[in-house]
Amino acid sequence: MPAQGVQPGIAPPTLWICEHCDTVYHRRELACGEVARCARCDAILERHHSVGVRGMLALVITAMIAFVQANIWPIVTLGLNGQQISTTLWGCIEMMWHQGAQVVAVIAACTLFFFPIGKMLMLGWVLLYARTGRRAPGFRLAMVTLYRVGPWTMSEVFVLGTLVAIVKAHMYFEVIPNPGVFAYGVLMLIITAFSSIDVRRLWDLTRDDPA
Amino acid sequence: MTRLPRARDLGLVGCHVCRLVCRDVEAPNAACPRCGSALHRRKSASYTKTWALLIAAFFFYIPANVLPIMRTVSLGDVDDNTILSGVIELWVKGSPDLAVIVFTASIVVPVLKFFALGLLLISSQRGSRWAQRQRGKLYRLVEFIGYWSMLDVFVVALLTALVQFGFFSEVEPLPGVVFFGLTVVITMLASMTFDPRLIWDGRDFDD
Repeated sequence: MPAQGVQPGIAPPTLWICEHCDTVYHRRELACGEVARCARCDAILERHHSVGVRGMLALVITAMIAFVQANIWPIVTLGLNGQQISTTLWGCIEMMWHQGAQVVAVIAACTLFFFPIGKMLMLGWVLLYARTGRRAPGFRLAMVTLYRVGPWTMSEVFVLGTLVAIVKAHMYFEVIPNPGVFAYGVLMLIITAFSSIDVRRLWDLTRDDPA
Repeated sequence: MTRLPRARDLGLVGCHVCRLVCRDVEAPNAACPRCGSALHRRKSASYTKTWALLIAAFFFYIPANVLPIMRTVSLGDVDDNTILSGVIELWVKGSPDLAVIVFTASIVVPVLKFFALGLLLISSQRGSRWAQRQRGKLYRLVEFIGYWSMLDVFVVALLTALVQFGFFSEVEPLPGVVFFGLTVVITMLASMTFDPRLIWDGRDFDD
């Protein structure tokens, strides 16, 4: 994807701008565990990268495994008078669609399925090449899409929602947790571990491969 | 505190998408040489767009709270739940601690978002220098907690899929949940279109 429009010059790479207040800094290497904060607005400028590219790739692959498990196994089973009903994420989405809440079905399908899976696949693809400092084919598109999709994945909210639904259902029904809910728990832990990682640093860690 | 230099004073512009620091060419169609995204010093028409989205979200927020979000039918007995009545039910019958979480996610967070974004918009438009650091923090808080409001929507989706025991017990979604889901999406869009750098720009700058 070629850049369109006027192309400005690149400033010296030692400069760094606070995203929240536009203050310009000289970038310096951070020691382990160090977090650089903006002197003007106190926002985080940059963190020390404790997890390397390989570590990130390992996290993404683990997340993918947990995600697949979370989606194929039922999440919870409800029992009433000997009758049992269980559901998966897609069960919820289909049910909302058929019950006249199509908007909710689309929101859930996007934020709980398509965006997370897309994010993991793109990140995995980019990281696979980034291990050797190369930029994957479609690197630019993948990185821009990752940035745009970023805030629209809500798996961790769904985990909390499952907890609330279990407690609510427990007032009237027998509730049996299924493997899906544990897989979601694992997924939530990985998402939390990933939350402090800014994947945009891959722009600095990789170079365009001429070959 | 010494005066810290800002990018727009130095003729620099940072790419929103990949954080590359570029020289500001002040062209409307400037693109980042590294990632190809549009370069601009501030998000374009941030005030107008954020106000529009915030007002739109507010119009969805009223029916989201007034209309019931979920109907429970058990043995012919119909019970419609609004967001607030769901919280109360959880408090009375189940676990008060979880009721606090749901109350925070479904009621406190959306209301906080309306007030916080409204406050940020008004104070920044007036070029106020009041509590700029705290306003910056408030914006980051709004961005961080925004999507947790989707909690109740997912609870309704799960209960609808699970509670399908025919005559004995059935749950179905009601229009309130659609309005609520849309409110969350639109307020998220509103907080994304707001540019936190405007907090620091003062009266002299208008982009």
